[in-house]
Amino acid sequence: MNKTDVLIIGAGPTGLFCAHQLGIIGLSCEIVDNLDKAGGQCIELYPDKPIYDIPAVPECTGEELTNNLLKQIKPFKVKFHLNERVEQLKKAENRWNVKTSGGKEFDVASIVIAGGVGSFEPRKFPVKECEKFESNSLLYSIKDKSIFKDKTISIFGGGDSALDWAIELSNTSNVNLIHRRDGFSGAEASVQKVKDLNDQGKLNLFTKYQIDSVSGDKKIESIKIKHDEGQIKEIKCDYVLGFFGLIMQLGPILDWGLNINKKTIEVNTENFETNINGIFAIGDICSYPGKLKLILSGFHEGALAARGCFKYAKPDEKLRFEFTTTSKAAQERLGIKK
Amino acid sequence: MAKITYYTHDNKTHTIDVQNGLTVMEGAIQNDIPGIDADCGGGMACATCHVYVKEQWLDKLPAKEDGEEDMLDMAFEPKNNSRLSCQLIVSDELDGLEVNIPSKQG
Repeated sequence: MNKTDVLIIGAGPTGLFCAHQLGIIGLSCEIVDNLDKAGGQCIELYPDKPIYDIPAVPECTGEELTNNLLKQIKPFKVKFHLNERVEQLKKAENRWNVKTSGGKEFDVASIVIAGGVGSFEPRKFPVKECEKFESNSLLYSIKDKSIFKDKTISIFGGGDSALDWAIELSNTSNVNLIHRRDGFSGAEASVQKVKDLNDQGKLNLFTKYQIDSVSGDKKIESIKIKHDEGQIKEIKCDYVLGFFGLIMQLGPILDWGLNINKKTIEVNTENFETNINGIFAIGDICSYPGKLKLILSGFHEGALAARGCFKYAKPDEKLRFEFTTTSKAAQERLGIKK
Repeated sequence: MAKITYYTHDNKTHTIDVQNGLTVMEGAIQNDIPGIDADCGGGMACATCHVYVKEQWLDKLPAKEDGEEDMLDMAFEPKNNSRLSCQLIVSDELDGLEVNIPSKQG
């Protein structure tokens, strides 16, 4: 059991800065995120794209912003629980008991949901029958590549994941790479490599094709792919891999009894608390009149939510407003030595 | 101002006056037309505002910018007439535009 003052759900910029604000006022927190790294949409959607509207930072990338926020909260030694999705919340007297997908448990005074647009999940094939094979022969990520040895694999997608795995697996497996158009979004060098392998007969490239159907008894035995102009090809294969990036899903958050409106959680603008006492929501996931989905708004919301958490973590103490420029306590918490 | 017609997956037709300067995506979101999620808010980073454009409109629309086709690779059931509606900025020239919203966005 992990015991801390506040559990932050989501390690995007808003969640990270909220951790900073909690640290400054002397509360402890831990952060859970479904991705394997901190940064949220900044890292997953646009690590290299510039951002121009962070106050006092004329230009930075999503990755730089994330790294700076991580540096800023370093003094607070915040514990991260990555690759974990929060599944269940239960009120336990005045505190909350939280369970994650990986079986971790938390005992916390309050919860801050900084979940963006939900947790990132792989995008799936549009064909319904695909679901049936998801546990065994149709995969959206690779954990153990040895299972593909000497098998026939059909890989779908045109980004770096699809290209890199096609190249790698072509060493040990019979690989078909299928993509909906001639152009690829992956790195140019990988595209060239795939074309070379195709010319050498070490891989079969099918462009302007998309999945049409899958068939098999317990495991996939063959698939049909359809060309833009309508021709259908049948391919025998043992595994199908789909690499269509990630999509955001609200997931279990929908079941916690929160007031949800168009995939966002309603909050007050005094401290960004939801309709449930002790649960706050900040950043892209919260809604209130005038809400702007900007990172800077998320920072403001996090600062107020952190103060809202104080009364749950330390019901007998009074929070006094202080500036970091002059507060001895805040500077001590930041580890500033003078 | 342009009249934009959105056909949703439940076979309903929504014809809306959308102000010039807004995107086809924003026209849908502001009028509660179901089926366009626009998770990333118009940043061409998610493909959840994917629509199918009526064929006769395809070459009247602004050309795809770099990145739109890459994002469409991620869309649910992309076709030759697929566009990201966040990239279609409404102007008088788009008066009468018709788009179909896919059955789901992911």
